[in-house]
Order: sequence, then C-alpha cells, then structure tokens
Amino acid sequence: MIYQGKQKIWSEYQKEIPDDHWFYVRSCIRQSFFPASEAHFVKIVRDVLGKDLYETKHHTTCGGIAYHSDTIPQETAMTIVARQFALMKEAGYKNLVTSCITSFGNYTEILETWREYPELETRIREMLWKACRREFDKPEYVAHASDLVYKFRNDIAEKAKVRLVNHETGEPLRIVEHIGCHYSKMFPHKGVGGAEYPCVLSGMAESWGGQVIDYPERRHCCGFGFRQYMVKANRGYSVSNTHKKFESMEPYHPDAIITNCPGCPYFLDRWQYVISEQTGKTYGNDGFGIPVFTYEELAGLVLGYDPWDLGLQLHQVAAEPFLDKLGVAYDPEAKYLGINKEDLLKPALPRVLKCF
Amino acid sequence: MDYFEELNKDYRFKEGFHTCINCGTCTAVCPAAEFYCYDPRKIVSIVQTRDNEKIEALLKSETIWYCGECMSCVTRCPRKNGPGLVIMALRNLSIRLGFFTESEKGRQIYPLTKALNSNVLNLGYCVHPSTFRFEDHPESGPVFQWALNNKEKVYARMGANYDRDGEGALRRVSREDLDELKAIFDVTGGTERMKQVEECSRKKAEQMGMSMEEYADYTYTHCSRGHFNGED
Repeated sequence: MIYQGKQKIWSEYQKEIPDDHWFYVRSCIRQSFFPASEAHFVKIVRDVLGKDLYETKHHTTCGGIAYHSDTIPQETAMTIVARQFALMKEAGYKNLVTSCITSFGNYTEILETWREYPELETRIREMLWKACRREFDKPEYVAHASDLVYKFRNDIAEKAKVRLVNHETGEPLRIVEHIGCHYSKMFPHKGVGGAEYPCVLSGMAESWGGQVIDYPERRHCCGFGFRQYMVKANRGYSVSNTHKKFESMEPYHPDAIITNCPGCPYFLDRWQYVISEQTGKTYGNDGFGIPVFTYEELAGLVLGYDPWDLGLQLHQVAAEPFLDKLGVAYDPEAKYLGINKEDLLKPALPRVLKCF
Repeated sequence: MDYFEELNKDYRFKEGFHTCINCGTCTAVCPAAEFYCYDPRKIVSIVQTRDNEKIEALLKSETIWYCGECMSCVTRCPRKNGPGLVIMALRNLSIRLGFFTESEKGRQIYPLTKALNSNVLNLGYCVHPSTFRFEDHPESGPVFQWALNNKEKVYARMGANYDRDGEGALRRVSREDLDELKAIFDVTGGTERMKQVEECSRKKAEQMGMSMEEYADYTYTHCSRGHFNGED
C-alpha cells in the first residue's frame, strides 16, 4: 500500500500483521505464572477466530532471560533461536508468533543483527548444523501474541458477551495499559504504534468498551530487570520501580491494568502485595489492590469465559471487584477447586491486601 | 590487552556505541539510575576515553551490574547509542576475563548461571515451577505457595500439560531436544562460559573462606550498604 502526507507519517507506526498460519512458541514466564493465558490464546486464535496456529513439542526457550541476565553468550542465544527457526521451516511455516515480549525482542534483535552483519548469520548457520544437523529459513514475519489479538480485536468485540463497562453505571471502565519494555523500546518500528504511540493494548481496551487512562509514568519499566529480580539481593530495584508506577497512577483511579509482557503482570501484581505488607498501603478501593490482567485474560473475560478457567485465582490481587463492576457471574466457592471440583484447600490470606 | 578493541569485537558494542555527546538523556530515563548509584552517561563516557586503566576499573566495578537491560535508553538516545548494549558488552568481557568476581554484584553471575542455565539444559526453559522455591520467592505470595504445593493439580486446572509428553504449557521437553540444547551450548561457547564462571567463582569462594554452597547462598542473598542512592 502506498501512503502519502499524514498517512505516510502514521504508516511508520503501523504493522501489517499477516492474517493466518502461525508457528507458536511459548514463554518461560507466561507458562509458569499464567498458563491459562497461553491456553486461552490458543483457544481464541483457533476456535474463536478460526486461524491456523501450530505448535511443536520440540520447541524450547529462546534463552532470552539467560541472555539478558548475561549467563549465556550472544552466539548461544542466537543458535537456540536459529533452532526454533529450523523447527518452523520443518513444519512449513513462515510467520512466527511469540508468547513473550523478551522473546519478541530477542528474535527481532537477532534478525536485525544478522541483517547488519551477514557474516554472523553464516557463522550461526554453521554452529547450528554442527550442533543439531538442522538448517533454517528466517521467518517472513515475527509477531508478539498480542499483535494477533490486536489485529482481531474488533472480531473479538463482535463476539463479546460483556464489554469493559461498569454494568451498574454504564460508564466505561478505566484501564491502564503497560506495554513492556522489549516490545518497542529497542526496535520501535516493530511494535504497533512504535515507541511513541504504542496502541497494541489501548486498541484492545478501547475496542472492548474501556477508557484508556494516561498517567505520568505510563512508559516506565515494571522493574523486572532480569538479574535485578532473579537474584534475591537485588529485588529492591524491582519493587522500587513498581512502587514508582503505582504512586504515579494512583490519583487516576484505574479499575484495572492490562499488560503485554508475561513478567509485567506478575511483578505489578506481586509487588502490590509486598508494598502492602511492608507499608500497609493498598492502591485499590477498600483495601483491595488494582487488578492486573494479561491481554488474554481480558479478552477471555470479554468473550465470556469463566474467570477461574482463565486462571484469575493465581493472582495475588483479587480480581473480584473488577468482575463485579463488569457484571460477570462467577462462583466464589469454585475459585480454588481443582479439576472435577477437587478440594485443593485454600491459600493463606495476605496480612493487609484484601483477598478472597 | 586493549580493552576497547576487545569490546569492539562484540556486535552489541558495534551497534550500541557511536559518538556520545554526554547529554545524559539515558541517565534521565534509566530505571536503574533512579535507585542505584548508577549513571549510564558516565559509563559510556569512560569507554569513549579508550583509557585502558579506566576501562579495566569499570570491568571490575559494581556499576556495570546495576543495569536492568530494559533498553529504555536505546529509544531515547539522540545519537542512536545503546548504553544498555554497551553494558552487555562490558559484562561479557568482565566474565570472559574473570574480572566479575571483583565486585559484589558481579559475583552474582555464579548463582544466576547456576539457576538459569541449569533450567535451560535440564528443563528446556529459563524459569520453571519445578525449580521455583517459595523460600527463595516469598514475594510470590501465599497464592503461589498454594499453587506450588499443588503443582500438578493446579497446572492441570489451568490447562497446562505439566511434566507430560506432547504439546502445551510446561510439557516435559524430551531428552533428545535437551541434548540439542547441550550441543548448542558446547558449540557456541555456552559451556565454556559456564566453566569459566565456575572456576573463577571457586577461586573467589576460597579467598572468602566459603564452600561453594555457602558462596552461592551468600552471593544470592547478600546486599551490602552503599549500592542505592542516598545510602552511606
């Protein structure tokens, strides 16, 4: 498509995301902390949107967390990714979709580096052959899983059972979005809206009826920092950055936060718990926190899936106040039950943060 | 050894280091600089001097380990530098030369390597519930303590394929696939890096009068005063 004038300028912030046929790679953190989000992404893409999403059991981590914690050399990270590309080639796919923002950044960084330094790509091809006897083609397109949900946000809205609206007042719910640093800070042209106008999440929230709320530290990091969380001695960095964000968003009274990266919802959720234990402060109403959702969870709620099938019981910040605003029906007694309603007992309650 | 030339062999350095105008934008947006005694502008400035002695001091310092690699600096640098990429190259060289054991934050590479690389090589993923101990992660909250106590059942309820063959979240990665990851580590320098970290850390543990278990625990948990802004 040829763009002119303002359209041309704006086109630099757009991504033309392919319509179908995706090779899916999972996330270390999302599958560990939000496994139901991955399950529902697959379900929504395949069953609701009717798209072809392929997964092979042979794929692995991209090595991104190790790479950004500096425990593996760049060549190791690149060759692990080259193996994923080889698996994709063997399966006959050309579009890669990652469940993780750090993976998305890692794949993008690798492809961009090879474009600039083709001799490095040649060396990685040799290393992959030596190690695994595999050959790869570079993907034609790399997407983050949220790009697909963004692309089909209006299709999801058409099938919505509920909208992001307070069912009692009819007012749009106030949604804060958190993009995640590695989505578009390193390679802005690879993210929807770039680094300046990222709209991958705000587009979803608005399409589903919510009102997106701006606040001063909207683009600040959640505080993961790889080694700054992975090492116990460094976690002051991590919680301090989350604290900064919550202090900044508090006056805007968000009803919920929607996140892009697998790590961010974990940190924004759990550090609210830690801040409440350490200082007695909570950021929601009546002693609750501000619920933090993955985009899959929010899409799932909009489509009418059961909140406990979506895994909302694995959040430390209670989701119920948000569910009540939405008017979503749920069974409080079923929250911590296993398959076939098996009694798994209940978690202990936090000292300060109100929970069920 | 000419440290600047060594850094210049690293593709991240080639991409992340051009001419720094010392404007300090990177420091202004940096989440690490807000809390740690950390100033990426100064680090890039020191590297830019090409002064071997000063760069060696940097390679042995605490300061190169404060960055969280969020890469917020990459977006904002008006000269298209990437201080975060320069940091990655400095850390890489510090590990290669064994200088990382000279600083408290550098020594953390030992427990990090042990945890992350073992997970990759044994489970196929960097992070995994089977090695995520609640004692190490009290911040994960009582809800995750409950989840870890009921791992198989909770993950089954969440639609995962925990520790089983086939596709899906948290599936068991086969021996053959893990062997391929090990071969990749062997061929690309990953295994050599692990040996280097192990050997240097062993020497440091001896100097500090600790067993390797004590050293791993100490480097994972100990935080001296003075790392954060406003501390003595």
